[in-house]
Amino acid sequence: MNVAASIAPPIRLSQLPRHRASKVAAVDWEMLAAPEARRLRELGLDEGVGIELLHQAAFGRGPIACRIGRMTIALRRHVAGAIHVFP
Amino acid sequence: MTPAPLVALVGNPNAGKSALFNALTGARQKVGNYPGVTVERHAGRMALPDGRPVELVDLPGAYSLDPSSPDEQVTRDVVTGAQEGERLPDAIVVVVDAANLDNHLRFTLQLVELGLPVIVALNMIDLAKRDGLTLDPAVLERELGVPVIPTVAVRRRGLDELKEALAKTVQSGAKSVRPGHGAVSDDIATLQRRARALSEAATVSETAVRRWTHRIDAIALHPVFGSALLLALLFVMFQAVFAWSEAPIGWIEDGMAWLGGAVGGALPPGFLRSLLVDGVIAGVGAVVVFLPQILILFAFILVLESSGYMVRAAFLMDRLMAVAGLSGRAFIPLLSSFACAVPGIMATRTIDDDKDRLTTILIAPLMTCSARLPVYSIIIGAMIPARSVGPGIGLQGLVLFGLYVAGIIGAFVAAIVLRRTVTKGESSGFMMEMPKYQWPRLNDLALGLWQRARIFLKRAGTIIASTTIILWLLLSFPKPPVGSDVSPVDYSIAGRIGHQIEKVVAPIGFNRDISLALLPAMSAREVAVSAIGTVYAVDNPDGDAGEREIVTNLRRRWSLPTALAFLMWFVFAPQCISTIAITRRETNSWKWPAFMVGYLFALAYIAAGATYWLAVAIGL
Repeated sequence: MNVAASIAPPIRLSQLPRHRASKVAAVDWEMLAAPEARRLRELGLDEGVGIELLHQAAFGRGPIACRIGRMTIALRRHVAGAIHVFP
Repeated sequence: MTPAPLVALVGNPNAGKSALFNALTGARQKVGNYPGVTVERHAGRMALPDGRPVELVDLPGAYSLDPSSPDEQVTRDVVTGAQEGERLPDAIVVVVDAANLDNHLRFTLQLVELGLPVIVALNMIDLAKRDGLTLDPAVLERELGVPVIPTVAVRRRGLDELKEALAKTVQSGAKSVRPGHGAVSDDIATLQRRARALSEAATVSETAVRRWTHRIDAIALHPVFGSALLLALLFVMFQAVFAWSEAPIGWIEDGMAWLGGAVGGALPPGFLRSLLVDGVIAGVGAVVVFLPQILILFAFILVLESSGYMVRAAFLMDRLMAVAGLSGRAFIPLLSSFACAVPGIMATRTIDDDKDRLTTILIAPLMTCSARLPVYSIIIGAMIPARSVGPGIGLQGLVLFGLYVAGIIGAFVAAIVLRRTVTKGESSGFMMEMPKYQWPRLNDLALGLWQRARIFLKRAGTIIASTTIILWLLLSFPKPPVGSDVSPVDYSIAGRIGHQIEKVVAPIGFNRDISLALLPAMSAREVAVSAIGTVYAVDNPDGDAGEREIVTNLRRRWSLPTALAFLMWFVFAPQCISTIAITRRETNSWKWPAFMVGYLFALAYIAAGATYWLAVAIGL
C-alpha cells in the first residue's frame, strides 16, 4: 500500500485527518501575502517537512494548530489551504 | 576606564532567553529604552569566573536578521553594530531551544556568519530529553565552529560552563573585526535546509514520546472544554483579585491609619498637619490600598504568560477577535490591559500588522484597568445598596461586573468601527508559535511582581502625592473674606476652575465635586478618589480623614443617577497621562494619542449623559 500512498495526489492540510503524521508536498506561496509567506518560512515550513494537524478551533471556521517539524504553530484556515500534504 | 565588555543574548522567541538572562544577572537589571524606537533595553551585569565584569544585554527575540517588527529591527541593528545608543557587542550568546534545533539553528547560522565571537547555549536540554531527544553538543560545536554549552536556564544548570566559555571568548577587550554588512545569507530556504541537516547530524536518537504539551493541549484547545477552561480561568482570576486581597488591604489600611495618627500627634493642629494627614497620607493611602489587587492581577497574567497558556488563549479567541477585525494576538495585550493599559499597549509590539496593532492600542484603554478599581469600589460601596439579587449574587458585584462588560463591549464595537474607518485595511493573519507548557518559575514571577509594585508605589509616592498637594493648595487659596457665606472650596482657585468645568459637564449630571476631581484625575484615574477626599477635607477640616469621610459625604451629596453617570464616565474616559504618553511613544506621533483622547472623551460624555438621563427618567 506504500506505493499507492506515495502516488496518491496531495491534499490540502485542512483536509488531513487529525493526528496523522504527514509531509509537506508543496506550498502555494503565491496564495499568501508576502509577510505571511515569509513568517511561515521562518517558522520552518518547507517542502518535505513533517506536518500534522493537531487541533481545530471551535465553530469550524477558527484557526487550526499544526505541528511543523518539531514546533506547534497556530494559523488561519486560508493559510492551511495553501499547504499541500501527502495524504 | 574602559567599559565592561558587552555580551548580547540573542535567540528565537520561546528559546528561554529571558530565563537565561534572569539566571545570569539576577536582580541586577536595568530596563531602559533604545533611542528613537519604542523597544525596551534590558541590561544587567554579571561577573565572569575570573572576576571580570561583563555587561549583558537581552535582545528581543527574532526569527531572522530580516526584521518584521521594531523589536526584531533592534536585534538586527545591535548585532550588526548599527543600533544608535549601543556598542557593537564583544560577543553573542545565541540561545537555542534544544528540542527545536531545526528551526533555531537557522538563525544561529546567520549569527555565526556575522563574524562576532559566538557561544551557543543549547537551552532547555532537559525538556528535549523529556521529549525523547538525545543530542550530541560536540557535533554541533564541530559543525558550527563555535562553543556549544548545554544549559537549563530555569534550573540554573550549565551557567558556570557558559561563564567559563565567555571568559575564554571575551578576551582583554579586543574587538573583533567589524562585521561586513550584507555578507550574511538571507535565503531562508537554503539556510533552513542547512539547519535541518545540522540538527539531524547532532541528533543521536529520537524516540517518540507522547508529549505532555500535547496531552494538555487536547483539553486546552478542545473546541468545547478549551473555551470552558478559558472562561473558568478568567472567572477565577477576577474573583481572586477581590477575594484574596481583603486581608492585605486591611493591613495597609491599618498601617496608614497608624501613620496618620502618628504624624497627626506629632504636629500642632493647623494647615501643615491637615495637609499632611488629610491630604498626603489619606490621599496616597486611598490609592496604595489597591496594591494587593493589582499584584494579584499581574501575578495571574505573568503565570498565564510564562506557562505558555496565553498563546492557547489567543488561539481560542482568534475567531471572536476576527469579527472585530483583529487577530487572536490582540487578546494578550488586551488581557494585560485589565491590569494596566501601559504594559498592555507595550505588549502590542508583538503584533506585526500595523493597522491591527494600532486598533489594539486605541481600544486597550477601554479594558477596565486596576486604576479604575479604587474609583469603582468607593462609589459602588457608597451608593449601591449591598443587597442580594439572587443566590450568591450581590447587587454591588453585579454593578462592578456590568462596568467591566461595558468596557469590553465598548472596545469591541470601537474596534469594528475603527477597522472600517480610520484603521481600514486587509484583515491581518494570525500565525503564532505555540510554546511548550512550562512550570512558571517562582523567582521570575517574584521579580516581575517586584518591578510592578515598585512602579506602582513610585507613582503613588510621586504623581499622586504631588497632584494631591497641588490640588490641596489650589483648594485652600485664596481664603474667603471673614464673614463671607461662600464656602472655602467655592472661593478657591480650584473651585473657580471647577465651576467652569461644571458648565460643560452639568448636562450629564456631574456636580461640583466631580468637576473638581476630573482635572487632577487626568494624572491617574485613582487620583479621583483622593481628589474628592481632598475636596471634603478642605470643606470640613474637622471631619475624619480618609475613606469613611468620603463615603459619608458621597451619600449625603450625590444622587444615584449622578453616581452611575460618574461610573460610566470612567468606563470610557482616557483619564491617564501615562496611557496617553505610552500611546504617543508607541505610535510615534501625536496624531493617534490625540485621536484616542478625543474619541474616548466623546464616548465617555455620551455614555455618562445617557446613563444619567435614563436613570433620572426611570426615577432612580
